[in-house]
Amino acid sequence: MTITVIQFGGSNCDRDSVQALESLGFDADLVWHEDGLPEDVEGVVLPGGFSYGDYLRAGAMAARSPIMAEIREAASEGTPVLGICNGAQIGCESSLTPGAFTTNESARFQCEHVHLRVENADTPWTSQYEDGEVVELPIAHGEGRYEITDERLDELEAEDRILFKYCDEDGTVTPEANPNGSKHSVAGVTGEAEHVAVMMPHPERATLSDLGRTDGRGVLTGFAD
Amino acid sequence: MSLSDADHELVVEEIGREPTRAEAALFENLWSEHCAYRSSRPLLSAFDSEGEQVVIGPGDDAAVVSLPSHGDGEEMYITMGVESHNHPSYVDPFDGAATGVGGIVRDTLSMGAYPIALADCLYFGDFDREHSRYLFEGVVEGISHYGNCIGVPTVTGSVAFHDDYEGNPLVNVSCIGLLEPERTITAEAQEPGNKLVLVGNATGRDGLGGASFASEDLAEDAETEDRPAVQVGDPYSEKLLVECNEALLDEDLVESARDLGAAGLGGASSELVAKGGLGARIELDRVHQREPNMNAMEILLAESQERMVYEVAPENVDRVAELAERFDLGCSVIGELTEPGTNYVCTFEGSEATASDESSGQRSRDAETVVDVDAAFLGDGAPMNDLPSNAPPKQERDLPTASLDEAFEQIVASPNCASKRWVYRQYDHEVQVRTSVLPGDDAALLAIREAGTGLAFSAGADPNWTDAAPYEGARAVALENATNVAAKGAMPHAAVDCLNGGNPEKPDVYGGFKDIVDGLADMCSDLDVPVVGGNVSLYNDSEDGPIPPTPTLALVGVKEGYDAPPLSLSGEGTLVVVGDTALEGETDPRLGGSEYTAQFGGTDRFPALPAESTAAIETIAEVADADHVLASHDVSHGGLAVTLAEMVHEDAGASVELNTVDRGTRKRLLFNERPGRVVFETTDPAAVREAFDGVAPVTELGEANSSNHLDITVNDETLAYDAADIADLRSVIEDELA
Repeated sequence: MTITVIQFGGSNCDRDSVQALESLGFDADLVWHEDGLPEDVEGVVLPGGFSYGDYLRAGAMAARSPIMAEIREAASEGTPVLGICNGAQIGCESSLTPGAFTTNESARFQCEHVHLRVENADTPWTSQYEDGEVVELPIAHGEGRYEITDERLDELEAEDRILFKYCDEDGTVTPEANPNGSKHSVAGVTGEAEHVAVMMPHPERATLSDLGRTDGRGVLTGFAD
Repeated sequence: MSLSDADHELVVEEIGREPTRAEAALFENLWSEHCAYRSSRPLLSAFDSEGEQVVIGPGDDAAVVSLPSHGDGEEMYITMGVESHNHPSYVDPFDGAATGVGGIVRDTLSMGAYPIALADCLYFGDFDREHSRYLFEGVVEGISHYGNCIGVPTVTGSVAFHDDYEGNPLVNVSCIGLLEPERTITAEAQEPGNKLVLVGNATGRDGLGGASFASEDLAEDAETEDRPAVQVGDPYSEKLLVECNEALLDEDLVESARDLGAAGLGGASSELVAKGGLGARIELDRVHQREPNMNAMEILLAESQERMVYEVAPENVDRVAELAERFDLGCSVIGELTEPGTNYVCTFEGSEATASDESSGQRSRDAETVVDVDAAFLGDGAPMNDLPSNAPPKQERDLPTASLDEAFEQIVASPNCASKRWVYRQYDHEVQVRTSVLPGDDAALLAIREAGTGLAFSAGADPNWTDAAPYEGARAVALENATNVAAKGAMPHAAVDCLNGGNPEKPDVYGGFKDIVDGLADMCSDLDVPVVGGNVSLYNDSEDGPIPPTPTLALVGVKEGYDAPPLSLSGEGTLVVVGDTALEGETDPRLGGSEYTAQFGGTDRFPALPAESTAAIETIAEVADADHVLASHDVSHGGLAVTLAEMVHEDAGASVELNTVDRGTRKRLLFNERPGRVVFETTDPAAVREAFDGVAPVTELGEANSSNHLDITVNDETLAYDAADIADLRSVIEDELA
């Protein structure tokens, strides 16, 4: 299975995603956004970074690039799409997924490891985990605070579309364990169909065993589901 | 600032006429202290830059060093560079610091390498001053903004506060790049007839005269008056330039390269030409510009960021332009290289000019020759300064008293010793998935999987040390960085230095500066660590006086694999300290240059350093990786007490007992900062003793345990703190800045 990792100008986790996917046995190709999506696309990663410098809202410019229309179409036909960090911002900006990611409560960039509780282990991206399991993943973002209307958030909760919530190491969701002020501590959500998902934490940074951090493998393995 | 009378005379004599305005400006900038090292070059021969691992030593944009390979790994090279962006960061902390990152990253690109790690060493005035905090916050934010956006992890560095930086903070940035040996390129022009191609941002009127601005004392009104000399960074363009550079190298389209930094296009292009012993003909009108009506001098000297100049064979020019276009970067063919013996010539028509076809030489009919000089004279003709110096005085012992717990609490909570988490949390330190040991430890460790090699990286200096004793303090800085990588099991491999000083025309300042150069050079030679490149920044002086002489060292170490012992205790071993001759009664523990004297006043002699450290460093690196070692942490800022405090946490504590004959030495044993010591938590203290037999003393300190307490008993007095108390003391920076 070949996963297509999209490179926008300013993407910077593109090669990391390829490395992580390959370590799990996937084939992974970098595709420059202007070159368009390959016809036989089997999976898409929108990687982290600062597309177009994030000089407008994070992800807003990339969301309006022609390749995103192709990705939306592929997604509607069942191709799995995972947006990570800047890719998550692009996913929400382009309405692949609901809500928006905006400036951290701290108003500063934050790079650190956080604990996440698996909210729904019945999606391709979480099926390697148990419901309620606690995993540790890195975050690295300045605009990761999840925002959405209360009504829509209630719907997402009811529809089990929340993948992960920030929590403490025991799995309790607390304001202190919420690194960026995300509503309901949401760290990742699915689109209307569960094969489309976005998340701010970086599973690709916790996949390579030689760094001793592998909690993110389960997420990327989701492409095989 | 303008060209001095003596320099002007020399130029007239050499070129046989009055220099044009553009030439005078070029000489002024390229012969400035910042570019020509007129006061420091005579001193720099002290450094030993040779070794079998050194591929390209000092003098190019960055040094190139080969890495040992392990297992199936291939031979790989790294580039090392370091740069200061001190004056710009005072005038405009955010942009000044950001563009400092940009500059050192482009130095990496111009050797053909991909940037894989950054380190930032920052020095500010007293933390309690509002102005220091403003600069500190702005600088960290600028580095965060730029470094994060370009996707290069900032993995290590240092932050120090000292009153004498109040009027002149220091921002030193180091970058490591990775490259396959066959991709190495240099800034040495190769072949007459090849084209010079400028790729990157358009040229505007920003950063005019930055090199000469960096070569005088900061004036009282610098924050307003010198703002135009500070460039504004665009990390998105830099990231595109990083990727474009890779693409150009993938297709082997580059013959030589230089990034545009100090003195802009004029500096970069003339230096490239001079290094190759060639001439050049450049049409300044061809430079893609951001503003209308720029004159020749502005085009030549603007320090607009995110630009590179490439030497490209004529048949490859079209492909280079295509790739630049793919990455949305501007590209202009500005001229070509000419035969050896010809001059560096720039012509300019001005706003009347209209674009014509790509081949040069078509439009020069009406163009005025604005520069026509020998590039070698421009680059190397500046006379060196022979300045008088006074040897710094030695400080004698005159120490105030403080109770042990008062001293412990104040030193652990001093911003110099406290946690720097507030800083590194703002830097993306994990992008590129190589960072095995994260910031907050003695050294970062990067996985160079291509070679099967772990690359340890440590950078910093301690102004208290070099203020108290420039020569010994600088030796200590080198030993401390070497110990940092050794504590993580890596052997020191190579280093670059950033030498910061005040106004060298003051004999006391120059004397201190000379001493840090010699001290750093001597210890690096003793450790057999080649110093492969560096940067000098003088005139860090203001009406508040000169900065302490500050020898930032960025040092890499190498090891097999990517594992390293943690800094934090496991709670299951015995604690030993290696190399503490004072605890063994062999040397007098001295507090000169310590945080103790910074906090409580007084003076003392600087600690005596071992005459020979190589064997100790080798053994530390070897033992750190032994199975019986559970934790490893070097002893330095704040002394043994702070080291132990940093090792305890919620799940593990320690009980330590020291005995001393003389009551008066208790605080000196706990707080002296003599580097070269490491605390190990080990399950086999006898093995540590055996390994260090005849190399360095090993002293048993006590036991780690599963409590969350640190107890240190010295004779009859006990310091007792729990991990939460210590964490509170150590969080002063994040508490204050939130």
